[in-house]
Amino acid sequence: MSGRRAARRLVPAVLALALTGCGSGGAAPAADGAPTGTVTVFAAASLTGVFTELGDQLAAEYEGLAVQFTFAGSATLATQVLQGAPADVFASADPAQMDRVADAGLPQGSPGVFAGNVLEIAVPAGNPGDVGGLADLADPDRTIALCAPQVPCGAAAERLFAAAGLTAAPDTLEEDVRAALTKAQLGEVDAALVYATDIRAAGGDVEGIAVPGAADVVNEYPICALAAAPNPAGAAAFVDLVRSADGRQALAAAGFRTP
Amino acid sequence: MSHRSGPKSRFWPLGRGDGGVPVPLLVPAVLAVGFLVLPLVGLVVRAPWRELWPALASPGVGTALRLSLVSATAATAVSLVLGVPLAWVLARSRVRGRPLLRALVTVPLVLPPVVGGVALFLVLGRQGLVGQWLFETFGLTIPFTTTAVVIAETFVALPFLVISVEGALRAADARFEDAAATLGADRWTTFRRVTLPLVAPGVAAGAVLCWARALGEFGATITFAGNFPGTTQTMPLAVYLALQSDPEAAIALSLVLLAVSLATLVLLRGNWLGRAGVTP
Repeated sequence: MSGRRAARRLVPAVLALALTGCGSGGAAPAADGAPTGTVTVFAAASLTGVFTELGDQLAAEYEGLAVQFTFAGSATLATQVLQGAPADVFASADPAQMDRVADAGLPQGSPGVFAGNVLEIAVPAGNPGDVGGLADLADPDRTIALCAPQVPCGAAAERLFAAAGLTAAPDTLEEDVRAALTKAQLGEVDAALVYATDIRAAGGDVEGIAVPGAADVVNEYPICALAAAPNPAGAAAFVDLVRSADGRQALAAAGFRTP
Repeated sequence: MSHRSGPKSRFWPLGRGDGGVPVPLLVPAVLAVGFLVLPLVGLVVRAPWRELWPALASPGVGTALRLSLVSATAATAVSLVLGVPLAWVLARSRVRGRPLLRALVTVPLVLPPVVGGVALFLVLGRQGLVGQWLFETFGLTIPFTTTAVVIAETFVALPFLVISVEGALRAADARFEDAAATLGADRWTTFRRVTLPLVAPGVAAGAVLCWARALGEFGATITFAGNFPGTTQTMPLAVYLALQSDPEAAIALSLVLLAVSLATLVLLRGNWLGRAGVTP
């Protein structure tokens, strides 16, 4: 008895869900040309905070528009885009990974750089290893985490050490910048070389020490809408917002350099 | 090898004697094989065969492979020493709270390995519950060492051994142990002389499973042990990092790991497990 009553109540709900579910992926703009539906953004992990904020902003601006994010390493995302993932926008922390996507002819138009990031030394709160600068990261007695040279933050670290004429003495070469930061947050290393934005996002767990010369090794972030985007109007709206004055302001507040 | 003679089957057209496979089993089994093997075929087909030798000849690969084999074997040894007694406790003893204990043992199976790595930090790290004491008393640090690799792999792989051996113990006929007891053997002697030989095939199968899991371990290792060539960079870590910059090299490295583990498993199945009676 009660089961049937529950079922009767459930059916319309399921139907409604199914209908809205079908509609959410659609790209059809509303009557006035405003973007609707869902925009799927593939973005580098370091953009998590600022892009989530911009996504909320866009969803508030256009009724019926939702922004959905996949945050991961740029290489992983580039591979997924190349394998046909249904993304509308791709934002990379590494021009080389954007090149892979561009070489396959997947972007709509040419990708543009919208932000830059510089390296900074992260030390656990209180600086237990008494780290003062880049030279201390060349000290074998300290426990140091760097990014692996295969990932953008590691490549930038290599250039930074080379420019300073130092030989780094890492104990671990982390698979991405967040992993390196985590080691500092947990207090397991005396210092990690990460992006300035990561230190900003970590709050009070870690302290940042600026590195002279870091401004010469800027890591550039390109963005593009994808030609095969299921929601081209939404993709264009998101890319426009990121590159607008509002977008630049949000990026700067998160510690990024903006063009 | 050991072909048992039995009555010829009149029902299953696909096979003769004991080798016959009923169709309702055959179809899903073939699908299962396809499901498991096709991704490997993809790796082989897409492998950059021309670049294979240069990729394999690079000194980093040998180092990572050696470290992988050594640490997986060490993790299996530790798992055997600790896991077989634990399996016995779970299967045979009357310790209270065994259901809870069994659930706790299986936790590493459901825990994402990266979380396992963080958990290991919280206990054995420089700031960890035990690690801090080790560091302050002996100046000993575990993370970012080969020991950390073995610990991470053991943490993830040990449950596979425990569950296999416990299953074997439950399936074994306890009357042999009762007989040993009535003949005056104490429980330790019974364990050594009766129980262990009885469940040897199960222990061997569990050890192989444990070794294979340890060899492929990635998440807990890269989190707790970090990644440094020669010290903590095992093959799965090398593959993952190669994937970030050079996907072709990553495929080549994966094939090496695949070939070595397959060769080892086939060899063990043929010689060790086969003789122990697991495969007919």
